[in-house]
Amino acid sequence: MHIPDGFIDVPTSAAFVGLSAIGVGAALKGARTQLDDKTAPLAGLTAVFIFAVQMLNFPVVAGTSGHLIGAALAAVLVGPWAATLALTVVLLMQAFLFADGGLTALGLSVFNMSIISVWVGYAVFLVIKKILPKNKSSVAVAASIAAAVSVPAAAFGFWIQYVIGATGTFSDSAVFTSMIGIHVLIGIGEAIITGLTVSAVLASRSDLVFGWKNNQKALEIKNV
Amino acid sequence: MGERLYLHRHSIVHETASYLKVVAAIAFILVAVSTPISNWQAFIGYFIWVLIVAAIAKIPFTLLFKRALIEIPFIFFAILMPFFGSGERFVAGPFNLYREGLIAGAGIVVKGTLGVLTAIILSTSTTAREILRGLERLRLPALMVQIASFMLRYVNVVNDEMERMKVARDSRGFEATGLKHWRVLATAAGALFIRSYERGERVHLSMLSRGYEGVLPHDEVEKSKASDWLMVLIYPLVALVILLITTLIGN
Repeated sequence: MHIPDGFIDVPTSAAFVGLSAIGVGAALKGARTQLDDKTAPLAGLTAVFIFAVQMLNFPVVAGTSGHLIGAALAAVLVGPWAATLALTVVLLMQAFLFADGGLTALGLSVFNMSIISVWVGYAVFLVIKKILPKNKSSVAVAASIAAAVSVPAAAFGFWIQYVIGATGTFSDSAVFTSMIGIHVLIGIGEAIITGLTVSAVLASRSDLVFGWKNNQKALEIKNV
Repeated sequence: MGERLYLHRHSIVHETASYLKVVAAIAFILVAVSTPISNWQAFIGYFIWVLIVAAIAKIPFTLLFKRALIEIPFIFFAILMPFFGSGERFVAGPFNLYREGLIAGAGIVVKGTLGVLTAIILSTSTTAREILRGLERLRLPALMVQIASFMLRYVNVVNDEMERMKVARDSRGFEATGLKHWRVLATAAGALFIRSYERGERVHLSMLSRGYEGVLPHDEVEKSKASDWLMVLIYPLVALVILLITTLIGN
């Protein structure tokens, strides 16, 4: 999911830097109202958690393995504002320190993973949670479905960027089918891990899970 | 994390202010990605220039290439391009390739590699903390800088925590081989979250007890002179000159 330099043309990349800046700016405001001066340490440690958990390998079959992306997981655990900030910082550090993802493509990646993926995932989570009965396993199921949707949602964001400013020669429709197809599969894995992880946290420290707090006000989805 | 990537040397690249290096790196990449791939002579020039800068920064080429391996996944994507596409085809050995796809794929690999090499020179010649200070000077919001500095400070601690959990699992004879072990791994991820979160709370409380009010203390920053700017902007400027010369020759 890390977009290299030169994959999407410069005007499109620049436009998405702007969009991402608006989204992250809104998240900074939102996180401050939600977490106050706890924002920096908690979002920071969430970023560390996401970064670390992405290195935890889940074996699939015969030597292949996958790892968590964590957008929906973070949104459910610490709330969408802090999740956006944490994922953005992870992407920034990956690009600047590990050369993972192009520096000029940062706006594109941040838009897909810290904004679309987190917020689509969180919206799905809220909807599913509303439908299901109010108990802990519903929260885990809702988180799981949110994760399943959040991964192809990020791929969809990439597809939009590809359509607008591609430098490659794959046709738009081919990219759509292959990208969405692959990411629906990845999403299934993400869903299982997210559901299991959320239920593990719920079992021992349910008070930490943002999506479980019985505070209706905190669960409102606000227009950014 | 940042300390492991940073290579301590004394060079002009190491000593330049980090925010200037960030600007130069991004400007260079912008020049490179804006160059049409048909102007292939320019890209040869860019690569030579990147290697010269790496040599000036006293970065061993082996290290440079080892770290560049991170781009392998997207190279795969680009390699597929000549095989699936449309338009004019030609035969190369056993393969029947699309000309346009080949050119576009090559462009993606070449430009992506230049970006990766530039970012590696940046992070090898600059400590993570310095990069962060550089981004702060380039107006990255203070709260983002704080979040990122917490990440840098605790990433090794949390990684060690994860490693200890792995040792604990291993010493109980656990071996993850397939889907049936996901529950155990996910429980470990959950435990890692709880430990990270609780650490965040402890850190926050200890900050409060030291008088934290939402902003971190700041030292005065030195203003850069015009000559500093000029020196660091040589990095993108040389690329620009290469672009101009090759374009002129090409016409």
